Amino acid sequence: MPTTPGSTVPALRLAEVTKSFGSVVALRSGSLAVDAGSIHALVGENGAGKSTMVKIIAGLYRRDGGTVEFQGQEVDFRSTAEAKAAGIAVIYQEPTLFPDLSVTENLFMGRQPTNRWGRIDRRAMRAEAEAIFTRLGVDIDPDRPADGLSIADQQIIEIAKALSLDARVLVMDEPTAALSGNEVDRLMTVARTLRDAGCAVVFISHRFDEVFDLCDTITVMRDGAYVSTDAVADVTVDEIVRRLVGREVSDLYPKQHAEIGEVLLEVTGLTQPGLFTDIDLTVRAGEIVGLAGLVGAGRSEVAQAVFGVDPYAAGEVRVAGERVPPRDPVTAMDLGLALVPEDRRRHGLVLDAPIGRNITLATRGRLSRGGLLTSRRENATAKEWAARLEVKAAAMDTLAGTLSGGNQQKVVLAKWLSTAPKVLIIDEPTRGIDVGTKSEVHRLLSSLAADGMGILMISSELPEVLGMADRVVVLCEGRKTAELSRAEATPESVMTAATSTATGAGSGPGSTEMEHAS
Amino acid sequence: MTALDTPPAAGAASPSRGGSRLRNVLKARETGILLALLAFLAVTTAINPRFVFSTDGFRDLFLTPSILVVLAVGQAMVIITRNVDLSVGSILGLTAYLAGRLFLDTGLPILVVVLVAVLAGAVLGLVNGLLVAFARVPALVITLGTLYVYRGIYLQWAGSDRINASDIPDGLLSFGTSSLLGIPQLAIVSFVVLALAAYWMRTSRGGRELYAIGSDPAAATLYGLKDKQRILTAFAASGALAGLAGILYVSRYGTISSGVGLGIELEAVGAAVIGGVAIFGGSGTVVGAAIGAYLLTSIDRGLPILGIPDFWQRAVVGLLILGAIVLDKVLAERQHTKLLAERHRS
Repeated sequence: MPTTPGSTVPALRLAEVTKSFGSVVALRSGSLAVDAGSIHALVGENGAGKSTMVKIIAGLYRRDGGTVEFQGQEVDFRSTAEAKAAGIAVIYQEPTLFPDLSVTENLFMGRQPTNRWGRIDRRAMRAEAEAIFTRLGVDIDPDRPADGLSIADQQIIEIAKALSLDARVLVMDEPTAALSGNEVDRLMTVARTLRDAGCAVVFISHRFDEVFDLCDTITVMRDGAYVSTDAVADVTVDEIVRRLVGREVSDLYPKQHAEIGEVLLEVTGLTQPGLFTDIDLTVRAGEIVGLAGLVGAGRSEVAQAVFGVDPYAAGEVRVAGERVPPRDPVTAMDLGLALVPEDRRRHGLVLDAPIGRNITLATRGRLSRGGLLTSRRENATAKEWAARLEVKAAAMDTLAGTLSGGNQQKVVLAKWLSTAPKVLIIDEPTRGIDVGTKSEVHRLLSSLAADGMGILMISSELPEVLGMADRVVVLCEGRKTAELSRAEATPESVMTAATSTATGAGSGPGSTEMEHAS
Repeated sequence: MTALDTPPAAGAASPSRGGSRLRNVLKARETGILLALLAFLAVTTAINPRFVFSTDGFRDLFLTPSILVVLAVGQAMVIITRNVDLSVGSILGLTAYLAGRLFLDTGLPILVVVLVAVLAGAVLGLVNGLLVAFARVPALVITLGTLYVYRGIYLQWAGSDRINASDIPDGLLSFGTSSLLGIPQLAIVSFVVLALAAYWMRTSRGGRELYAIGSDPAAATLYGLKDKQRILTAFAASGALAGLAGILYVSRYGTISSGVGLGIELEAVGAAVIGGVAIFGGSGTVVGAAIGAYLLTSIDRGLPILGIPDFWQRAVVGLLILGAIVLDKVLAERQHTKLLAERHRS
């Protein structure tokens, strides 16, 4: 081991690492060097290749090229178990726990302490779990099942796992995305403690205040490649943002002016115990309403309930004054609602079916003649929509699963737009889409609003919400904590509301007048 | 042995550990099914005391389920990994016939034949496991295929042949009918199997990993668990237990024709499901599955006594399975909502 104290060998070094999936290049040239006793920020837009790099470090993916060195020695982990054994712990964006098993078992699965007969020593296991939770200063019952834990608690369990591993390198992939203010503080304290104990910490986050507060070094990635590494003290937020976007930010969101008309979607008192409580919101013609909040705040759940996919216990949904019955998406569609779901591969598309069939899925009744639907009619309609949205594909019989993320999203949009909806609910419109197509999607949403459609846009990307929305509704832990006009919506005001625990923070209903800043 | 793996300790912040343990025992899925079994036995015995309190009745109470218990234990191990093994009936038949042929054609000692049969079962199970782990085809389809393949091999090999009790060594036959301290020896074998399996499932890393894999296969990969190896283990164990069940069959009935074990795989799945093993994996215990096997066979034997016509018996079993699945679903939903609601309150 060449790691004598004070040595200059980084704890973890990646140089020009590449990774492709089929024809899609996820990582063109990833480089990173993290020292022991340092907290190293890794920033980049969604799709910049950070998560791919993390998965290579974790041993989940194997790199196609480049070098990875751990404590000075070249390594090539073939499984997560190997990486773990070497001393690398990874906390993923979305915690992965076993819902049926107890918290303690989740902590130690695969490496439980055993007694001299090779049996699991439950008492020792539980004692260690308690010791770790005490050290972290959290109150989680080690015996309860992991099912139903909040994302924050699940993150804590992931961190506890890393602690019990005694990791030399700890990678945190957006650990704070779903946490509220004091949970973030708790996490940052833990990260500092680990750093002081000589651990090399990689911290991935979109929140620059955290990055600049916590980290000492910062590496920027863009479009699957390394851009720069600096000491945090030497750079400014503006400089970093410029580097990771690669252009000026102002021209990112082409917001058109639209006439705001009558109320199209009206949701009152929507409640489903455990998921969301007393949600009121309205969307007017020509308006884009942003639905913001942290991961797990209940935004997608509200959208699914409004569209009738999921049930709700109380409340009412109206489209253009007509009541939408609960749990009846077909009627919701007939009344003029459309929902572009968050997970387009699982909920938005039939991956094994051609593009043409995907686009016409929602209008098949209208297209068929005497109960029969020919591919010719399907493709004729689909072609029209594909052309309008500029779907890049060889032919209408190309399978949807083979398209890039951006083109898949266009296919899903085409499907719903062909139903001529009054209100379009769109969940994470640009997740996993490359930068170029992103602005195409934004331009499209903007022009749809200009044509008088009402749009409810759920997004975790703050710049997207601020750039596109006429009004921002913020949810936190299933409650509406703020409704902000375009002028009032700033990164600070939205984040404050998204992390305030329903104490009436943010602006009240009095400030919901629409003012146009654009 | 009440192997309460991850009991649904919902409101778990309990002040007294002892109190919460008792509550866990009462809440456990196994307790409910055990109470159902005892209630059924009580009612049937009240109508006809001979059901339990005659020498034959008492013996049959333990003897009849013993083969199914062994199969249900193996089945539970597989289902806990979010898989299923439909080929156990064919493996049982094939190994029973293999044992018969060995007795008939060779002079091998009984113990060696038993080992060969168990080993053969394990190999057949391993084939299932390899196909499931590496072909990435659902176990339902794979083992449906091997169900027919193994049965086909058996039919081809045995033809219209039939092995009679006179061809089986007396030692094995008398083992199948004798008792130790009033408990049939076959039942004792099934108890030993059950105890070993329950102990392994609860206290070994391998056993716990079966639960983990069934609970969330993707998380198991992220944890770096050797999921393929564990799935192989589960299928090999299920096959080996089916092989053992084949021997138990020979020992009990002596006669081996080509219909041996036909359809018993569904009873094994039914026993596991009735006993609280979630069909989507991750929860339930082998003890529960064994109790499920007892309930199934007791109902089979008891319904005629209750005056319920023969052909209703299958319908009753079916209702039980449906009831168990619906109950599981309802309990899981309730538990999930409760945990969520608790989190929002705090």
